[in-house]
Amino acid sequence: MSSRPAELVAEKVQPIRNAEPARDVAVQLDGVSKRFGTSVALDDAWLKIGRGEFMILLGPSGCGKTTLLNLVAGFLLPDAGEIFIDGSLVTDVPAFARKTGIVFQNYALFPHMTVANNVAYGLKARGVGKEEIRTRVAQTLAMMKLTGLEDRKPRQLSGGQQQRVALARALVIRPKVLLLDEPFSALDKNLRASMQVEVKEIQRNLGVTTIFVTHDQSEALSLSDRIAVMSGGQIRQIDTPEQLYRRPADRFVASFIGEGSWLRATLDRFNGDDAVVTVGKTAITVPAAPLAGVAIGADVDLFIRPEHLHVASAAEAAFEGAVAASIYQGGHVDLYVDTPQISSARVLMRLGAKDARGSWNDGAKIAIGVSGNDAVAFPPASA
Amino acid sequence: MAKPLSHRMMGWAGRAAVVAILGFIILPAVVVAIAAFNDKALLSFPPEQLSLRWFYKAMSYRDFQTGFQNGLIVMLFSSSIALVVGSAFAFVLDRYEFRGKKLIEGLLLAPLVVPHFTVGLGLLILAAQVSLTRTFTVVVVCHVILVLPFVLRSVYISLRNLDERLELAAASLGGKPWSVMFTITLPLLMPGLVSGWLFAAILSFNEFTASLFVTAQRTQTLPVAMYNYVREYADPTMAALSVIFIVVTAALLTLANAYLGLGKVLNVEQAR
Repeated sequence: MSSRPAELVAEKVQPIRNAEPARDVAVQLDGVSKRFGTSVALDDAWLKIGRGEFMILLGPSGCGKTTLLNLVAGFLLPDAGEIFIDGSLVTDVPAFARKTGIVFQNYALFPHMTVANNVAYGLKARGVGKEEIRTRVAQTLAMMKLTGLEDRKPRQLSGGQQQRVALARALVIRPKVLLLDEPFSALDKNLRASMQVEVKEIQRNLGVTTIFVTHDQSEALSLSDRIAVMSGGQIRQIDTPEQLYRRPADRFVASFIGEGSWLRATLDRFNGDDAVVTVGKTAITVPAAPLAGVAIGADVDLFIRPEHLHVASAAEAAFEGAVAASIYQGGHVDLYVDTPQISSARVLMRLGAKDARGSWNDGAKIAIGVSGNDAVAFPPASA
Repeated sequence: MAKPLSHRMMGWAGRAAVVAILGFIILPAVVVAIAAFNDKALLSFPPEQLSLRWFYKAMSYRDFQTGFQNGLIVMLFSSSIALVVGSAFAFVLDRYEFRGKKLIEGLLLAPLVVPHFTVGLGLLILAAQVSLTRTFTVVVVCHVILVLPFVLRSVYISLRNLDERLELAAASLGGKPWSVMFTITLPLLMPGLVSGWLFAAILSFNEFTASLFVTAQRTQTLPVAMYNYVREYADPTMAALSVIFIVVTAALLTLANAYLGLGKVLNVEQAR
């Protein structure tokens, strides 16, 4: 390395450094909206996806995630806003010129073509030379472990193999963005898990920017760098899986990601970026942002994860309740507790199996403490 | 374990019913086919002696020869025109939403409701107005109108069954609209197009009622020539011709099935 002439190194580094401002954002949506008739499918979406990032669009069906994907692919034109891919404006660029690779839920393999021709399609459409097509198709098929299936028709393949062909077909064109629309939902559970690992691996090795649409939160949490949680045509929060879990930005995100309970609490005071709320006899620090504008002393809804509730002594307990049901889950036990004065629904708490086994019969009185500061409070739903 | 007697009786009765129905369907054709080999110049049944002379006569009869040629010409033109027009309309009806869509759909399928003789009579009157009465043009126009609904239906159903995502995938891979049309859409629609054309061709070739109005001596198609023949003669030539008809049509359909697969055409086999 040290013997390499200095100017050569400079030459290699220079263009990358110059292009960097445009390069670190692979996909950008600026205030993109899309209506179908009178219903708003996507409402003023702002999104920046970094180069090589694995971004997941997560939300229930009808939340606008597939519409967003179709807008990036160019299958739909936005009613408002602009879309950029690799720093260039593509809002009015037709799908065939955007260089995105898409994998649909049903794979959409061309049924009248062999595996090899399916994969070669994008290269032929772009006028790549025959020799190069052959080598690139062979390489991609090898990468997807499909060697030997070149001459099969799609219907002669298993679901998992079809999935690989669809991925190979999208990847062989070296897309600027890889778009995956619920690609694993048709696979059985075991195959899905192994495909998830494989896709994640391939994505990291190739460094291809990926947008992955799913309604399955465990899939989202395990795969992504960042998740955009969507609901009702709006992007509710864009964050890492951990931040989404620990610091949900609104009530929807809190309920949609993971489990938790809503407790009645009172806003005590603001303290810089934090706020302090009291639930029962305990004061808890929560982020101040969601509570902006709420009066001191007002009622707030505290959202708390089941693992942050524990059995406490009467002295340090925040509140008390009666066990309604205990469900043995192997590694842990889920307790559903009735606490009428604290929550209108049953409160879920999660105990290590050792601590809990056999000790909580239905109806038993339990004193509950709140631990950690990973709770979030929101203004009451009715406000 | 033997099934109860009642079940077995039901089984036998069911089978007998199926055989009876199938027999009933092909019975006329069978009777005609046998009568065609009659040696006598009578349409009697069953024949006393067998002969192929009526087949020879059917093939060599001048009016049948020209009728066959005319029918072929009209068939090729009308079914091909109907294919292009019908596909275009099917495409528009499938892909676009617009006002009056239901009306257009209704009009295109109207010939299924309007009797053939009405179409024939109407065209005869219209053709007289523009002095086209004795031309092939009016015959072809007439047949296009009559077979259009069948082509339209066939192509429309194929389009409905075509997964739009295939075209989207092709587009995202860099396929320009025309290229996607020729590499994805048309190949996948081919069975529907061919079957539509085939149904149109068979219908056109067999069409009689409307043709009777719009054809003249010079332009008469085979069914019209056959009608004119039976008005004067009652020998087994007609029966022989019928057999030829059936054999040729069956051969065409068999070929179509072998090369295209009627299963595919009827969308029994669903591509994943």
